[in-house]
Amino acid sequence: MGQVIETKNLTKTYDGFTAVDKLNLSIEEGEIFGFLGPNGAGKTTTILMLLGLTEPSSGTAQVCGYNPTREPLKVKRIVGYLPEKVGFYEDLTARQNLKYTAELNSLPKKEAEERIANLLATVGLSQVADQEVRKLSRGMKQRLGIADIWVKEPKLVFLDEPTSGIDPEGIEDILNLIVSMAKKGITVVFCSHQLHQVQKICTRVGILAKGHLVAEGGIDRLGRQAIAGGRYRIEAQVAQLRPKLIDSIKRVKGVVEVQGSGDSLLINCDKDLRGQIAKVIVDSGDTLLGMKIEEYSLERIYKKYSREA
Amino acid sequence: MYAVFRKELADYLSSKRFGILFILILLAAVFAVYLAIQNIRGVVTPTTEFVFLKIFVASGKTLPSFLFFIALFIPIVSIAFGFDAVNSERTSGNLSRLLSQPIYRDSVINGKFLAGLAVLSVMIASVIAIVAGLGLRIVGVPPDSEEILRLIAFVLISIVYGAFWMALSILFSIFFDRAATSMLASIALWIFFFFFMSMIAGAIADARMPIDQNSSLEMIAKNIEIQGMLGRISPCTLYGEATTALLTPELGSLNPALLMISTLTAGRMLTSLPFSQSLLLVWPQVVSIIALAAICFAISYIRFMKEEIRSI
Repeated sequence: MGQVIETKNLTKTYDGFTAVDKLNLSIEEGEIFGFLGPNGAGKTTTILMLLGLTEPSSGTAQVCGYNPTREPLKVKRIVGYLPEKVGFYEDLTARQNLKYTAELNSLPKKEAEERIANLLATVGLSQVADQEVRKLSRGMKQRLGIADIWVKEPKLVFLDEPTSGIDPEGIEDILNLIVSMAKKGITVVFCSHQLHQVQKICTRVGILAKGHLVAEGGIDRLGRQAIAGGRYRIEAQVAQLRPKLIDSIKRVKGVVEVQGSGDSLLINCDKDLRGQIAKVIVDSGDTLLGMKIEEYSLERIYKKYSREA
Repeated sequence: MYAVFRKELADYLSSKRFGILFILILLAAVFAVYLAIQNIRGVVTPTTEFVFLKIFVASGKTLPSFLFFIALFIPIVSIAFGFDAVNSERTSGNLSRLLSQPIYRDSVINGKFLAGLAVLSVMIASVIAIVAGLGLRIVGVPPDSEEILRLIAFVLISIVYGAFWMALSILFSIFFDRAATSMLASIALWIFFFFFMSMIAGAIADARMPIDQNSSLEMIAKNIEIQGMLGRISPCTLYGEATTALLTPELGSLNPALLMISTLTAGRMLTSLPFSQSLLLVWPQVVSIIALAAICFAISYIRFMKEEIRSI
């Protein structure tokens, strides 16, 4: 597993305003990376720099081993970009639009036709492949966009808000497509404000605020850092809560704090101690009704970090 | 770039714009020539030279000449093809998709410009060919080799002239985000050059060298010369002069003052210039039009290449 993207102090200044400030980002091959941040945080600027469409003011970037500023064509050959407001030639059919993309990527004609037919089937547009794009719905166009970046068989794709303005079913389709892209070994950078969608499919997230990367890592780890001060929180339900039980749980190594109220226990600990705690409860003669480890919603993590910045 | 060129060419040829403009121009041209032929029948004597070219420059009783129509329509067609070249891609969201493909950025405008120019060339050449065929059929006098050469030169200059307007409208399509604005800007500039430039030139010439009934011939000549020089700022004038001189071999000079004097010295025999001399005569005009087109294209090129893409 190599690094697909690696930036070192990547900075972009637009007439005095710093859009991206000394960004150090690294994304590994094959992961779905959620790239988050409020509007104007510098996400799109970062993507444009990584694509070689905009020159960085300072710092360097490596995309699949190429420098996007010096070798933009090599980068664009293996990187797909689905912009937020993607558009197609409305007078051409879905298939013709993809064919044009294939031509721009100088794919051999026969190979391109096969690949396009397969892709249209993958994104579920075979039925409407020969209809003019103007007749397609928003969700269909977005799926066509995914097929469009897939035509060149990229190693890395940037998806900028691919699910905005789409009905729930369409969103489901698109998220499934993104996951299947990743399964084929394509690294995905997924920009979105729909945090629960990001949480559903991303293996790692990075939160950008005012041009800085304020947090980066797996959602679990970020959640523990942000909300529980790096600790695990376990909630357990028992049939009858006795003070003695609280004391015995406190004696388990790694448990920091135990709170009991009604029939539920809230336990703070340094690592995942569900097994030991369950044993203690059962051994004490109580009945364990349920136990869960707190999951951190990305929304809370995001709010915390973007507020701090 | 070839992919862009091919796609744009197919787009242009299948567009409604192309069909409408082509029919419009063809009808205007055929009527103009038809009426001109009716008119020149009475004028032509067995000794008249270059009868065939007269089809293009003579005007009918009710319609202006074919040359006038061509001069009128070339800018309109070029503007119609170029005014939304880049900004429509931007507003439709295609530009970002296009630019993230592995092509050089300049191939986008090169391809568009060349495709537009190709369509325009086909249009001009076929209209002139159709009209020439029609003229041949009605007048019955076949063109000689010199006339054919002059016609070919006429087609080429018309294409160069179209290239200027296309470069200009593409330039505006890069500078203005809205297609309507860029079209209005192009049309405004065309109206200014086509209609107002000569009036302004006249006004300035009158201010610099006022003339009245008592003015000497020299002063009148000076006035007309100033007017002519100023008029040449307009590419419309340049094109008009170049094509008139090419299609009217009798025209010995493009200096407006000299022309005036030669018409005043009554009885002077007008001898026709050979083709090479006519070409020499119009060369400055042609080079000026090429230069103007190149400047417009260069500005578009630089602007498009250097443009910082912030959000697409």
